[in-house]
Amino acid sequence: MSLTLAIAFGHLKRRKRQTFVSLLGVALGVGFFIAIAALMRGFQTYFVQQVIDVAPHVVMKDEFRSPALQPAEIAFAGGAVAIRGVRPREAVRGIREAGAKIEAIEAIPGVAVAPVLLGPALFRYGARDVAVSLAGIDPGRERRVTNIEKDMTAGRLEDLRATANGVIVGIGVAQRLGATVGDSVIAVAPSGVATSFRIVGLIETGVTALDEREAYVLLRLAQVILDRPNVINQIRIRLDDVRQAEPLARRLEAAFGYRTESWEESNRNVLALFVIQNAIMFSVVGAILLVAAFGIYTIISQVVHEKARDIAILKSIGFRARDIQAIFLVEGAIVGLAGAVVGWAVGYGLIEALAQVRFQSAGGPLRGREGFILARELWTYLAGGGFALVAAMAATLIPARKASRLNPVDIVRGAV
Amino acid sequence: MTALIAVENVTRTLPGPQPVVLVREVSLAVGPGEFVAITGPSGSGKSSLLYLLGLLDRPSEGRVLLNGRDTARMSDDALAAARLSRLGFVFQFHFLLPEFTALDNVLLPMRRLGQLSETEQHERARGLLEALGLADAAAKYPDQLSGGMRQRVAIARALANDPAVLLADEPTGNLDTKNASAVFDIFAALAGSGGRSVVVVTHDQDLAARASRRIRLVDGRVADDSAG
Repeated sequence: MSLTLAIAFGHLKRRKRQTFVSLLGVALGVGFFIAIAALMRGFQTYFVQQVIDVAPHVVMKDEFRSPALQPAEIAFAGGAVAIRGVRPREAVRGIREAGAKIEAIEAIPGVAVAPVLLGPALFRYGARDVAVSLAGIDPGRERRVTNIEKDMTAGRLEDLRATANGVIVGIGVAQRLGATVGDSVIAVAPSGVATSFRIVGLIETGVTALDEREAYVLLRLAQVILDRPNVINQIRIRLDDVRQAEPLARRLEAAFGYRTESWEESNRNVLALFVIQNAIMFSVVGAILLVAAFGIYTIISQVVHEKARDIAILKSIGFRARDIQAIFLVEGAIVGLAGAVVGWAVGYGLIEALAQVRFQSAGGPLRGREGFILARELWTYLAGGGFALVAAMAATLIPARKASRLNPVDIVRGAV
Repeated sequence: MTALIAVENVTRTLPGPQPVVLVREVSLAVGPGEFVAITGPSGSGKSSLLYLLGLLDRPSEGRVLLNGRDTARMSDDALAAARLSRLGFVFQFHFLLPEFTALDNVLLPMRRLGQLSETEQHERARGLLEALGLADAAAKYPDQLSGGMRQRVAIARALANDPAVLLADEPTGNLDTKNASAVFDIFAALAGSGGRSVVVVTHDQDLAARASRRIRLVDGRVADDSAG
């Protein structure tokens, strides 16, 4: 063992209880960090996974982010041109030349594409009316883009094709209508056209807002009911590599002009929430470690005070100022490291304890889960240990510098 | 012959609103094999002079020479290195590290210097303890030793790196007459053989009489310097 280590250990051994208490402070900080991080990250990754699973990764809509420029604005770019009261031109809404676009997007490797026509409709069953968002889909393509098949609690996606005028509705829609599979409902389009549909399947995504609004029919049928022949207004895209969603969305928007949203953009509010969650987590853990750091500061300061004579003799023997400083920094590092290691055990134990907790979740995106979702990630251990070490070393720095500056002559004079 | 360590016209003043002069214009050279006793009433600057000789303190004026070389321009680290390899200190209080055994305390300077192998260090440390009659105390901690034994361990530690000069500040201040006499016997033996110099600060005239050279300080000045 090196001399510095030997002296440092000697000092800490003499103050076993205090060393143990500050070590425990560090350990609790690290342990809670690991456990809380596992809890939060677990939920966040699960949530993101759900979002990624349920929804398409990229959606191109028949909208534009900013209104089209007027000729005068183009002609006098940057000039003092102001045009007011511009109304959108009467035109057939929808994505133009959708077929060509779908083909172009499909040519990108690792990408699946599905065309969709979304429109409002009213479902009527007996005396009940439920407003739905009617989605015309191509079942063969849709199943590659969204999780629709996995979420079906009754019927199959193919039944849309097999049954004339078949419709798959969200479980909430069915409940509100009081209808179930096999029942015929009337769909009324904004144009007033009424068509009879037979419910062939039910969907439960776990997101109430979706389950109470969704209805799926064949694309061709939707175009007829909504009176928009050959029109689609959404192109849904799924990628093999989710991380490519945002860059692809930007590329497509730049190429085609239509508003194209990645799942990150669509869920920006939730992702922002996660950032706040993480900030809270880091603040809490930072506070625990800060308290632990004060504990370390106190013991090292006391050791420095108590060991003034030892410091004097070490200096008179020929230890340099930085040798003395190193001794106390090593003491801080020992407490930090040992605290981190114990903290790893505490964190691991807490995670396993949390994993034993069983409860029934009320529904929503956590439907079907019976306990906490825990992310067991190596980086939390490394980060927790790193924080602890830095906090411990920082807390030791001031007393260590003080020790290194002690003048042996002053101490020897005072000791006599 | 160059003095191992020498001061030339050194003055040491403690700064403050009313500066205190500890040592006034003292010149002193310690040659090889000399056994010097510095005596004087308390407050006469004996210890302060020793700290200057021992490179623990820097003078306010004058020069401190180590083997003829001015130490004023040497860095603190260089002075620490010089203390480590050339000088050994013994204080009134033993200053043994309480967490270490007697053997480990003696090993401390050798481990810091790192010139000998671990086996050689242990051999030398045991040899020193044996020479000072502490063969059985090697594995004991300071609080298990008597005052006289502790001071002898401290002397062994001061000798660990075979210093050219051993400096002792009231080394017998906390010892009874018998132990004090034994310590002085050790110093006399060290100075007598092998050309090692010993500088001892003491207020005990009887013990000082056994030194080969006696310097008496009064009010920070050399009042008397006599050999024999």
